[in-house]
Amino acid sequence: MENHSFIQSFIARAEFGPLVLLIVELAVFWGINPDFLSPQNISNILAFTVELGLIALAMTLLMTSGEFDLSVGSLFGFSPVLMWTLYNSGVTSLEMGLLIALIVAALIGLVNGWFVTQLKIPSFLVTLGMLLVVRGSALFITDGFPQRTWSAEGSWLANILVGDFYVGPFRIYASLFWFIGAAIVLGYVLTQSRTGNWIQAAGGNPNAARARGVNVNGVKIGLFVLSSLMASLAGVISSLRTSAANPNSGTGYELEVIAMVVIGGTALTGGRGTIIGTVLGILILRVMRNGIVLIGVPGLAYNIFIGAIILGMMALHSWLERRHQAGT
Amino acid sequence: MAEPLIRMMNIRKSYGRVQALVDANFHVNEREIVGLLGDNGAGKSTLIKVLSGAVPLTSGDIFIRGKKVNLRSTSDAIAHGIETIYQDSALVTQLSIARNLFLGREPIKPPRFLNRMDQEAMNVVARDLLKQVGISKNIPPTTPIGSLSGGERQAVAIARAMHFDSELIILDEPTNNLGVAETQGVLSFVRNARDSGHSCIFIAHNIHHVFQVVDRIVVMRRGKVVADDIDPKKTTVAEVERIITGMSDKEIRDAIAEGRPSHG
Repeated sequence: MENHSFIQSFIARAEFGPLVLLIVELAVFWGINPDFLSPQNISNILAFTVELGLIALAMTLLMTSGEFDLSVGSLFGFSPVLMWTLYNSGVTSLEMGLLIALIVAALIGLVNGWFVTQLKIPSFLVTLGMLLVVRGSALFITDGFPQRTWSAEGSWLANILVGDFYVGPFRIYASLFWFIGAAIVLGYVLTQSRTGNWIQAAGGNPNAARARGVNVNGVKIGLFVLSSLMASLAGVISSLRTSAANPNSGTGYELEVIAMVVIGGTALTGGRGTIIGTVLGILILRVMRNGIVLIGVPGLAYNIFIGAIILGMMALHSWLERRHQAGT
Repeated sequence: MAEPLIRMMNIRKSYGRVQALVDANFHVNEREIVGLLGDNGAGKSTLIKVLSGAVPLTSGDIFIRGKKVNLRSTSDAIAHGIETIYQDSALVTQLSIARNLFLGREPIKPPRFLNRMDQEAMNVVARDLLKQVGISKNIPPTTPIGSLSGGERQAVAIARAMHFDSELIILDEPTNNLGVAETQGVLSFVRNARDSGHSCIFIAHNIHHVFQVVDRIVVMRRGKVVADDIDPKKTTVAEVERIITGMSDKEIRDAIAEGRPSHG
C-alpha cells in the first residue's frame, strides 16, 4: 500500500513528465544513431547545456515569483562585449572587465525590478524594453562587429570558468561544475530556505504574502538582479569557451530558456517551481537540438519539435495538476 | 469597568467627497465574538480595513486596552495582535498547510546563516493546531492548501491567527460560498478561538450564521454605528433586519414582495 502511494506521489510530481520525456528522447536518438551516446557527443551536449542552463536556473526562481525576464539573451551578448571592449582598449584588466560587466548586469536587473515592482508595469513589457536597450547598446559599442578575444588564453579567469580536462574519454569543462553548484544552491534556496517560501508565496498570492509581512517587492527585485547576473556570467563563459564576443549572440535565448523552465514543470503563472525539473527541461531541449541533427533531421526544423514538446508538456502538467487537485 | 480590548472612537474616513465612515464608534471586549452587520455601503468593510491597517483613517482614535495606537499598515496591525482573515486572499494555495501557517515567521534551524526552515518543527506545530482548531479529519500538514475545502482553508487561517497569539481575529465573510456542513465547521472553529481566549469580529451577509455564533451584534448604516449592544439571544432576525435597513415591518414585507432586497 505504501509502495503504491509512493509511486502515485512520484507520478504526480511535476518532474515526472520531463523525466519520462528525457528517457524516451535518449532512447530514440540512441536507437537511431548509436553515436548519439558517444563520449564526444555527450561532451558537446554538456558544454553548451550549462551556459543556457545557468540562465534557466535563475529564471526558475524568477518565474516562481510570478515574473519573467526577456532581457537575458541580450545580456548574454552584451556582457562579454563590454568585458572585452574594456580589456582590448586597455582601460581595465580582464578580471576588472568581468567585474564591471557583472556590476552593470546587476544594475540592469535592479532597473528591471524597480520598474516592475514600483511602477507596476508587467515584467513582459519592462524586460522587452530592456532587451532592446541592452542589445542596442552592444551593437552601438561594437559597431556590430565581434570583439577580439584571443588574449584570454591561459588566463586564470578563463581556466576557472571554462578550463577543460578529460575524465576517461569525456571532455569536461569547468563551467559544468559552476552549473552543478548553482543548481544545488538554488535548489536548496527554493525548497529548504525561508527565502524559497517567500519566493513561492510572492508568485502564488502576493497579497497574502504581503499581509504576512513578506517583502514581496524586495524578493522580486533580488531575483531580477540574480537573473541578470546569471545571464551575464553565462555570456562571459560562452565567450571564453568559444573565443568569440559577438554583440548578436544570445538572440532568442530568452524564449528557449523560458521553454526549458516551463517544460520542467515550473508554473508560468508563478507560485510553483522546481530546479530538478528545470535541469531536466534544459537537458530535454539541448538533447533535442543535438539529436535531431545527428539523426539527419534538418536543423531548421528544430523549432517545430520544441513547440510540440512545449504543447505536449503543458497538456501533461495540466492533467497531472487536475489529478492532484482531485486527490487521485 | 475593564477597558475593552479594542475601542475605535469618532472614526472618520473619506474617499474624496464620499464619507465612508462618519464618527463611527465601535468596541470589542476580551473573549467576545462581535457580529458586524450592515447593508452594502454601510461602512463595515471600511471600518474593518481601518482596524486592520489596510487603509488609513481620516480622523479618530483607536485604543487597544486603553492605549492609543497608530495602525499604518497591515504589519502594524499584526504586530498589535489584530489578524484579518479574508475568504480568498489569506493563504497561498500552492504552499503546504505548515508553510502557510508560518509564512513570514518561519522557524530557522541552526546555523542561522543557512536560512534553513525547520520543517519538522513546522509540521509538528501545524498538526497540533489543526486538532486544536477542531479539524477532525487527519490531514497531513504537508498537504497543499489548494487541495483543501473552503471550510478547511478558513480553519487553517484561524489556526494561524491563534498560534501567533492574535488577540483579535477579524473574519470577513468566512461562510461565503460554503455548504451547510462546512459553514457549521467554520462557526465551530470561531467558537473554539473564543474559548481559547481570542476575540473575534464576524462579518457575514447571512444573518442566521451571525446569530449562531456571536455574543453581541453591532449594526452599521450609512457610515455610522446605529446599534452596538444587540444580544442575539434576546432579539429576532426580523428585528435586526429592521435596524439594518431602517425600514418598518410593512416596508420590509413590501420590499420582499416586490423582489427588492430588504438587507445586504
